[in-house]
Amino acid sequence: MNTEHFPALIVVVPLLLSFVVFAVGLVRRSLCLPIVILTLLACLGFAIGILQSVLTKGGTVRYYLGAWDPPWGIEYAVDHLNALVLLSIAVVSLLVAIHSRSVTAKEIPASKHGPFYTLLLLQVTGLFGMTITGDVFNLYVLLEIASFSAYAIIGMGEGGAPFAAFRYMIFGTIGACAYLLGIGYLYILTGSLNMADLRQLLVPLYESRVLLVGFAFIMVGIAIKMALFPVHTWLPDSYTLAPSAVSALLAPLFTKVGVYVLLRFLFTVFDPSFSSQMFPVLKVLGGVATIGIIFASIMALAQTDLKRMLCYLIVAEIGYIVVGVACANRVGLIGAILHTVNDIFMMACLFTVAGSITAYRGSRNIELFRGLHRTMPVTLAVFVAGALSVVGVPPFCGFFSKWYLVLGTIHAGQWVYLGVLLAGSLLNAVLFFRVLEKAYFELRDESGHAEPHGRKRPLIDRIPLTELGPMVVLALLLIFLGLFSNNIIGDVIEHAIPQTMRIH
Amino acid sequence: MEPVHSFAPFAAVLAPLIGACLILLTGRRRPNLRESWSILAAVAQFGFVYSMVAPVLKGNVVEYTVTEIYRGMALQFRVDAFGMIFALLASSLWIVVSVYSIGYMRSLKEHAQTRFYFCFALALFGAVGVALSGNLITLYMFYEILTISTFPLVAHKETPEAIRAGRKYLVYLLGGAVLVLLAMALSFNLAGTLDFSPHGTLVGKGSQGELQFILALFMIGFGAKAAIMPLHEWLPSAMIAPTPVSALLHAVAVVKAGVFCCIRVILYIFGPNAFSSPDVWFILACILAVTVILANLIAITQDNLKRRLAFSTINNLSVIILGAALLSPPALKGAFLHLPFHGFLKITLFMCAGAIYVKTRKELISEMSGIGRQMPFTMAAFTIGASGLVGIPPISGFISKWYLCGGAFKAGELIFLFVFLASAFLDAVYFFPIVYAAYFGGKTIRIDEAPLSMTLPVIACAAASILLGIFPDLIFRFVSLANLIVQTVSGGS
Repeated sequence: MNTEHFPALIVVVPLLLSFVVFAVGLVRRSLCLPIVILTLLACLGFAIGILQSVLTKGGTVRYYLGAWDPPWGIEYAVDHLNALVLLSIAVVSLLVAIHSRSVTAKEIPASKHGPFYTLLLLQVTGLFGMTITGDVFNLYVLLEIASFSAYAIIGMGEGGAPFAAFRYMIFGTIGACAYLLGIGYLYILTGSLNMADLRQLLVPLYESRVLLVGFAFIMVGIAIKMALFPVHTWLPDSYTLAPSAVSALLAPLFTKVGVYVLLRFLFTVFDPSFSSQMFPVLKVLGGVATIGIIFASIMALAQTDLKRMLCYLIVAEIGYIVVGVACANRVGLIGAILHTVNDIFMMACLFTVAGSITAYRGSRNIELFRGLHRTMPVTLAVFVAGALSVVGVPPFCGFFSKWYLVLGTIHAGQWVYLGVLLAGSLLNAVLFFRVLEKAYFELRDESGHAEPHGRKRPLIDRIPLTELGPMVVLALLLIFLGLFSNNIIGDVIEHAIPQTMRIH
Repeated sequence: MEPVHSFAPFAAVLAPLIGACLILLTGRRRPNLRESWSILAAVAQFGFVYSMVAPVLKGNVVEYTVTEIYRGMALQFRVDAFGMIFALLASSLWIVVSVYSIGYMRSLKEHAQTRFYFCFALALFGAVGVALSGNLITLYMFYEILTISTFPLVAHKETPEAIRAGRKYLVYLLGGAVLVLLAMALSFNLAGTLDFSPHGTLVGKGSQGELQFILALFMIGFGAKAAIMPLHEWLPSAMIAPTPVSALLHAVAVVKAGVFCCIRVILYIFGPNAFSSPDVWFILACILAVTVILANLIAITQDNLKRRLAFSTINNLSVIILGAALLSPPALKGAFLHLPFHGFLKITLFMCAGAIYVKTRKELISEMSGIGRQMPFTMAAFTIGASGLVGIPPISGFISKWYLCGGAFKAGELIFLFVFLASAFLDAVYFFPIVYAAYFGGKTIRIDEAPLSMTLPVIACAAASILLGIFPDLIFRFVSLANLIVQTVSGGS
C-alpha cells in the first residue's frame, strides 16, 4: 500500500469525519459511534504505516501539505519519537472509543450523542495533529482544536462540570496565549515557523534576550497544557467531572502529548545544549517536577474520589517524566520517553476501569468499594494490573521506565531526583493498596463473619463485553510493553534521542 | 561451568502460574477440581525442578533466556547449585502443604478459599522464580511478585487486626524493595551488569565507601524479608494468617527468599574479596548475632504458639545468613544445609500448630498441657521438629548446626561459635517446656487426631527430617549441592 500520504490522512480523515458524525447524528444517532470507531481504526492503520515507513527509512519522513515547500508551506515531519506517540494515541483512542459505548449511553442523554462523538473525534484529531506537525504555528492551531473540543466536551459532564470546564478554559487559554506569544517572538527573530528551519536559524541567536523571552513564554504555555506542577490546578476538577469516556481519553493522552511538545521544543527546535547548558531550564523544570511529585502523591492520598485520586496521580507521573528529561542524559531521556508511552497505557487502563466502576456502581467513592470483587472481578483485576504498573512492579511496564529514570538520575548524579522518584513509588504503593484493600477485603468481626451478601459471585463482570474487552486488552498491553521494552527502546526510542546525547 | 540450555527452569516457574489461572477459573463451584490443580501444579513444579538436579550436580548451569530487558541484561533463568537448594525446598514442601491446606481450610470452613489457593500458587511462582533467577533484575521481579501475592494471604481473615498485619507486612517489604531497587541501580551503574558471578560482580568496582553503602542498602532491603532485627516486626504480626500460609510462606518460601537474596548478594554480587578489610563482614555478622540471641530471648516470653515459632524462625534465618557472612567453607556449608533443613523442621512445627488449632481451637501454649495424649502423632512430630531445631542427632538440624559451629571455629571467630551454641541452648529452653507439658501435664483425654490430610503431611515432614539427619544426601542431594557451592565460591576456580 502506498503509505506516502498517511501523515496527512491521519489528521484529515478524522477531521472531516467528525463533521460527518455530526451530520449523521442529526438523522441516526446510533450510527455515530460506529463511524468514530471505524475512523479510529483507519487512523490506527495510518499510524502503523507511518511507524513502519519511519523504521524502514531510518529517519524523518517529511510530508509537505499541498506540495508547498517549507518554510512557506506546512510540513508534517515524522521521526521515531512522534511515530511512537502517534501509534500510542491511535491504540488508546480506539480502545477508549469502544469502551465508551455503554458508559456514554448511561451518562450522556441520547440527544447529545451526535455533538459528543463529534467533539470526541475532533479531540483525537487535534492530538494527532499536534504530534505530527513540523510547524510551530500549525501546532498552535491543532492545540486549540484539541483544547476547545476538550472544554466543550468536559462541560457535558456531571454536576459542576461546566464550571470546571470554564476554569480549564481560562487556564488553557492563558497557556495557549503564552505559547502563541512565544512563537511570535521566534517569528519576529527568524521569520520562520518551520521547526527544522527554526533550528538552523536560531543557533546564532542563542544569546538574544528576545529569544529567551520567547522561549520562556513557550515553556510556560506547554507547562500549563501538560499540567506540570504548580500550574496543574485545572486538571483534577475538570478530568474528575468530565464524562467517563472523556476523562479516559484526555487523561492519558492530552498531558502526554504536552510532554511530547516539550521534548520537541527542548531537543528539536532548540539545540539540546541550549536548555541543558546555556540556560538552566532543565534545572528549573527538574526542581519544579520533584516538588510536584511529592505534592501530587500526597494530594492523591487525601482523595476519596477514585477519579480525583487518579487525576493527582497524572500530575505526579508528569513529574516523573520531567525528572527524566531534566537528567539531560541518554538513559534519563530514554526513561522519560518510555514512561510517556507507558503512562499513556497505564492511565488509559486505570481511567477506563474508573469509568466502568462509576457506571456500574453510580459512585466513585473509594470508601464504598467494599465487596466490589464479588461483582466486578475482572474489572478489579485490570485495576490491579494498572496499579502494579504505576507502583513499578515488574513485569508490568511501569517498572522498566522507572528503572531507566532511576539510572538516569544516578548517571546525572542528581540524588534529590533519585530520592523523590523512590519516595514517589512508595507513596503510590500506599495509594493503591488502600483502594485494593477496600475493594478486595470484606469487613469481618473476630469470629470471621462478614456482612451478609446475597449475590453469588459471577465468573465475569456483568458489564457489556465492549467495556470489558478494551480494559482487558489494556491490561495485557501493560505486560506486553514491559516484556518488550527492550525492543521498543532499541528499535525506536534510541533513534529519538538527540545525536549529541547518544554518546555515553 | 558449561551452560545447558533447557526449557526446564521456565517450565518450573510457569507451572504454578498456570496452576493459579486454572484455580481461578475453576472457582468455588468445584472445590475438588480446584484443589487438584493446586496439587498438580505443585507436583509438576517439583518434577521440573528435580529434573535439573543431575545436570547441576555435574557442575553445569541450566540456562533459559526469556527476553532481553536491557542491553546485556535479560529476563533469564540460570540454575546453579545454590538456586537448586532453595527451589527443591520450596517446591517439595509445596506439595506437602497443598495436601495439608485442604484439610485445614475445609475443617475450618474458611472463606475465600479460591483467593487463598490462587495467591498461594502465585507465591510459589515468585519463590521458585527467585531461586532460579540468573541475574538481579529477574530476581527482583519475582521477589516483588512474591511480596504482593502474599499480602492477601496475610490479611486473609479480613478482621481489622489481620488487615493491619497485612499493611504492616506491605510497608516493611515494599519499603525494603525500594531500597533494593536503589542498590540494584547503583550496582548496575558501577558494574554495567547485574549477572551473578561466583567471584562477586562488584569486586574491584567503585570505592570501598560506595560498596559498603550498596551492601547496607541490599541488607536492609532484603533483610526486611529475612526478618533481620530491627526489621522483623512484620513476621510475628503476619502469624494471623491461616497456618498453611505461616507454614510454607513464613517459615519457608517468603522469609527464606529473603535469606536466599541476602546470601546471593553477599556471595555472588560482592564475594568474599570485595572489601579490603574483613571488618565489613564482621559488623554484619555482629548485627546478625544480636538478632539470633534477641529473637530467642523474645521467643521464650511468647505464649501464642505461632508467635513463638515466628521468633524461632527469625532466629534461624539470621543463623543462616550469619553462617554465610562468616565466609569460611564449613560455615557456608552449614548455612546452605540449614536453609533446607530448617525449612523441613519448622514447617513440621507450624503444621502441628495448625493441626492443634483445627482440633481444639487452642493457640496459647499455656492451654496445651496434655495435648500430647490427645494428639499423639502430631505431638510426636512436634517433638521431632523441636529436637531437630535444638540440634539433637540424628535429626537433620544437628548436621547443619555442626557445620555452622565448626565454621565459626575455623573462621577464628569464637564469639560466633558461642552465639550458635547459646542459640541452640535457648531453642531448648523454649521448645522443651511445650513438649513436657504436652505429655506430662493436664488430664488424660482420649485420642482425637486432626484429619488424615493434615496428620499425614506432618508425619511425612518429621520423617523426612529424621531421614535427612541420617542420610543427608538422600533424594534431594542437599549435601552434594552444598559442597558444590562451597567449591565454586571459595575454590577460586
